[in-house]
Amino acid sequence: MRIRTLEIGVGALILAGVISLVTLALNVSGLSLSDSAGGYKVYARFENVGGLTERAKVSLSGVPIGEVTAIRIDTRMLMADVEMRIFSEVDYLSIDSSAQILTAGLLGEKYIGITPGFEEETMKDGSRIEDTQSALVLEELIGKFLFNKVSE
Amino acid sequence: MIDRLQRVGRNTLDRLAATGRAGQMLVQSLVAPPEPRTMFPLLVKQLHFVGVLSLVIILVSGLFIGMVLGLQGYTILVDYGSEQAVGQMVALSLVRELAPVVTALLFAGRAGSAVTAEIGLMKATEQLASYEMIGVDPLRRIIAPRLWAGFISLPILTMIFSVVGIWGGSLVAVDWLGIYSGSFWANMQASVDFSTDVVNGIIKSLVFGFVVIWISVFQGYDAIPTSEGISKATTRTVVYSSLAVLGLDFILTAMMFGEI
Repeated sequence: MRIRTLEIGVGALILAGVISLVTLALNVSGLSLSDSAGGYKVYARFENVGGLTERAKVSLSGVPIGEVTAIRIDTRMLMADVEMRIFSEVDYLSIDSSAQILTAGLLGEKYIGITPGFEEETMKDGSRIEDTQSALVLEELIGKFLFNKVSE
Repeated sequence: MIDRLQRVGRNTLDRLAATGRAGQMLVQSLVAPPEPRTMFPLLVKQLHFVGVLSLVIILVSGLFIGMVLGLQGYTILVDYGSEQAVGQMVALSLVRELAPVVTALLFAGRAGSAVTAEIGLMKATEQLASYEMIGVDPLRRIIAPRLWAGFISLPILTMIFSVVGIWGGSLVAVDWLGIYSGSFWANMQASVDFSTDVVNGIIKSLVFGFVVIWISVFQGYDAIPTSEGISKATTRTVVYSSLAVLGLDFILTAMMFGEI
């Protein structure tokens, strides 16, 4: 009887350990079990992605609707080509939507904000967002400001 | 002058001999054909003593450390208008550093000292010698289950500590201070990486578990079999384990995150 309670205690400890590991993996580090589960791919070219990273969120009116899956250089256009995965339940993005790279807060991380367009036709897997706006790079902004001041 | 020199030499030789005996004990108790039928009940008993009974102190301290991190992080970050980053601050500091180190320190105080005192007293009352008399190897029967139990239970306790701490941090930051829970968890998930942060924390706790339980068992096994000797051995367990954990933590952190 005594060894039984011990074994139950140890079993509970091991179980708690496994649950903790799963929690750490799924809730804390955001590891998803199925990598490309659901969703469709959408592409956009940006002149400058600033500090955008993979797994940054893609949002519509501040609500997350997907995430950035890859960032590479388009060797023909020499621009950054961003691949995003949009959740499959978001099937109402019109084909003329535009994408901006925004910053959460003053020092926060970069994310992509989508502004919906007006066309009837919606985005499909492999669609491309043509109307894009690059990340705000503070140095460039200051440079422009100073240049304007000098030329006045 | 010569006497002093001799004392230095003797101390060094004593230390070296103790290190040698510790290694010998480790190898003799662990390297042997496995006997699951006799070993398993012993291991369960030790896992209960070392792991399950340490659970309460781990849960309580994890909760409070997480809550303090949430509170302190909030008061600092709110000045920069980036209080959403509390989630990532709490999670990263817990998973990478605080959970392995604090759990190992608590473990040394709670379980390590108890193991040392128990084995030391067994030695003082000549139980170890009587095991040998009846043809049972005390290294296999007494030492090995305790080593395995410590090595297994510390990583589990560390993970529980992390989870409880993060929950405590979210309790303070989200429920009491009113940070939007979506950005709290999203920031955390975006910044914590499973393979670099979580796995490295677990590797740290494996190393700490091994070192702490090794020191504890050896100090008991090597104690001078008097009441004073046992009290000294117990003190040494806590001191050596704490120093070893903190020193190794720096080395491991430098190797994992410092790109040295």
